[in-house]
Amino acid sequence: MSNSVPTVRNIDTISMPGEYKGLLSWVTSVDHKQIGIMYLLITLFFFLVGGVEALFIRIQLARPENTFLSPDAYNQIFTMHGTTMIFLVVMPMLIGFANYFVPLMIGARDMAFPRLNALGLWLLFFGGLILYYSFIAGGAPAAGWFSYAPLSEKVYSTTTGMDYWALGLLGIGVGTVASAINLVVTIIKYRTKGMSLKRLPLFVWMVLVNGFVILFAMPPLNAALVMLLVDRLLNASFFTVTTGGSPILWQHYFWAFGHPEVYIMILPAWGIISEVIPVFSRKPIFGYEFVAGSSVAIGLLSFAVYAHHMFTVGLGHPFNTAFAFASMTIAVPTGIKVFNWIATMWGGRIRFTTSMMYAASFLILFTIGGLSGISFAVVPVDWQVTDTYYVVAHFHYVLFGGTLFAIFAGIYYWFPKMTGRLLSEKLGKLHFWLTFIGFNMTFFIQHILGLIGMPRRVYTYPNLPGWGSMNMISTIGAFILAISVLVFLWNLIVSFRSGKPAGDNPWEAWTLEWATSSPPPPHNFEKIPLVRSRRPLWDLKHPEDPDWKHES
Amino acid sequence: MQTSSPFNPVSPGAHDISTLFIVTLIVAAVIFSLVTGLVLFASYRYRQKEGEGEPPQVYGHRGLEITWTVIPGLILIFLFILTLITMHKSDPTASPGTKADLVIIAHQWWWELRYPQAGVVSANEIHIPVGKKLYTLIESADVIHSFWVPQLGRKMDAIPGHPNHIWLESDKPGLFLGTCSEYCGAQHAWMRIRVIAQPEAEYNAWLADHQKLPVFPTKGEAAKGLQVFEEQTCINCHSIAGVSSNISIGPDLTHLASRKTLGTGILDNTPAGLTRWLKNPQAVKPGINMPYMKLDDKQIKELVAFLETLK
Repeated sequence: MSNSVPTVRNIDTISMPGEYKGLLSWVTSVDHKQIGIMYLLITLFFFLVGGVEALFIRIQLARPENTFLSPDAYNQIFTMHGTTMIFLVVMPMLIGFANYFVPLMIGARDMAFPRLNALGLWLLFFGGLILYYSFIAGGAPAAGWFSYAPLSEKVYSTTTGMDYWALGLLGIGVGTVASAINLVVTIIKYRTKGMSLKRLPLFVWMVLVNGFVILFAMPPLNAALVMLLVDRLLNASFFTVTTGGSPILWQHYFWAFGHPEVYIMILPAWGIISEVIPVFSRKPIFGYEFVAGSSVAIGLLSFAVYAHHMFTVGLGHPFNTAFAFASMTIAVPTGIKVFNWIATMWGGRIRFTTSMMYAASFLILFTIGGLSGISFAVVPVDWQVTDTYYVVAHFHYVLFGGTLFAIFAGIYYWFPKMTGRLLSEKLGKLHFWLTFIGFNMTFFIQHILGLIGMPRRVYTYPNLPGWGSMNMISTIGAFILAISVLVFLWNLIVSFRSGKPAGDNPWEAWTLEWATSSPPPPHNFEKIPLVRSRRPLWDLKHPEDPDWKHES
Repeated sequence: MQTSSPFNPVSPGAHDISTLFIVTLIVAAVIFSLVTGLVLFASYRYRQKEGEGEPPQVYGHRGLEITWTVIPGLILIFLFILTLITMHKSDPTASPGTKADLVIIAHQWWWELRYPQAGVVSANEIHIPVGKKLYTLIESADVIHSFWVPQLGRKMDAIPGHPNHIWLESDKPGLFLGTCSEYCGAQHAWMRIRVIAQPEAEYNAWLADHQKLPVFPTKGEAAKGLQVFEEQTCINCHSIAGVSSNISIGPDLTHLASRKTLGTGILDNTPAGLTRWLKNPQAVKPGINMPYMKLDDKQIKELVAFLETLK
């Protein structure tokens, strides 16, 4: 605990290195804020690695029959790009945010199980290292991020890459389950006085739902990974047909994890958007109950839609009908949210900070991803577009235009809380516009490529009319994105060293994390304000018109 | 040739899917315009101006919430009904015991084609008669592949141990391009499909040609080529009716010279292309199962001469 006079904490009197001294204090830490920051730094590192892999992919595809990469190298790199971005970037980055902010937002001193928290982090880190060690050990995995059997079996994937893939993901998977248990218990048991479930900030709500989804979604993957390893290393035959197994079984296991995973990667992002838009629109979230309730609905439905990834497997029309219906149903609670966010902006006094710009463009880009997603529920259309570049465009609109834009909104919003300094708005706006232009240039055109017959996961393509030029446009877009990432890194570095001091509450926000110093002390709060509504800091500032008068 | 897009359908099933796709896109375009319009309008109209205080605090509106739950729900019910109708119409269930007109067996990285009723075997280039529904089985000899010719309709996975079927049909003659669309390993990119739809008479002539044995050369370079084929283990993997049969480790070569491409789409089938291929297939299409055979130039020349006779 700090010895300094607690009431005058600010960036000039206290800085993180002063409190958290040396590398040892970090690697041995069980403090949720340090662990949260380490999550963010590790995932930022892997984001850069995965980004470089993406550039390799785009260089190879820039023109038809290009020879920049060999087929094998290309297949390894696209597999690692997908695996990295999903397991080592998007999912753990959101967990990192949750680690840092959930205890602060519910007025807790730390997570429920601090050591388990550290275990989750280090399993992620070493899982990532095991995965990347495959490059040295004789070749990275090359069966795609969903590693369909029997391609992923020993007969067809002869290097040890697949083994490292399965082992690495198993480590990450176990760590993720640990994090989910921790977050769920923390939210249920460690809320401060007055913080009822009906007053939880929406970010915390989404993390709570996400925690449950992880608890039920990761075990099928972990089990399937073990079966794959047993197949490969001990000559069992869970997924090989010649010895009595079933390759389709792998698909059921994988997508029983894989589709909830999509929601695991978007729920906390929706949470960030549900914090950022109200604060910068200067209004409470429109329809709190509907936003929270629709998330619960999505959490449950996310387990009933997975087989829309399998409409071309040939499982029959009755099977397809059931999953088409569920997949259409899940679009409703998703759509509700977009309208709630727009209604929150409506009639507000919107401050277009970089964070808000990312959040507002999230609404449009995520809608594109959501609408193209409907085509996969429309079964016959799915029969045409699945496994083409149309799918690649779709999920990048969801995961990049959606989740990553929300993450950037979250970084610009919460960086001041974590470091005590504001990110540069000037660099931030440059970063935003480069990202926005680069992103749309890279991915929008891929819808069209898919619709004129380009399959995904090809290391090259024949010189058919339009294919070369459209791929070139996509590649140029990818390089604009690369520049935007450099601007972002530069902003992080200069703002961390000499950004404007933030103060406790630079955005005049309303949730509890803004009621303590920036950065917060190790014990989080000197004094936790009384929680009587969803916006305790609004109540403090506006005693004449507090929120609790309006909430039932 | 038209772009091989689902929006240029040439079969009844593909037409139905195309129409459904267009309806879906129109619905999506309307919703997209609405959302984008609202976001842009709110961003402009409600941006903070100098000196303004906090806006009126609004917490929600039950009527609005119900509206934007019910309307999307109704739109999706509408799409769901269309989905069901089109699903059954574009891909009707086959009655049990239907005999296959065509069996397509996917391999890493080529397509084996069998016309069981005519007794014809070929590879990679699929001939079909215009205006006739072919009951087509889709199978796999190794990993999972997917058969996809956008203009002809749905794609269907080729899964080991799980035979699937589609109805293959074209309204009009022409060449329709497709490709394997499930990632299947190193050379997934070069697993192209060519479907040649022909008027029935022309198709029958093609079948008849392919039922016959080729005329084997008896002298000259080509005859020596046949000898090379038999002696240099080519025969262990490739069938040529009359020379070897019922081997499908590599593509059937009985009528190789009548095909337009080599290596499942990677090269044009010309003497030059064939020479390049035979010199070292691993240099043309790395990772495939055909090894570098270390043939000398003379052997290659003889083999090319022989293979060119297999019309």
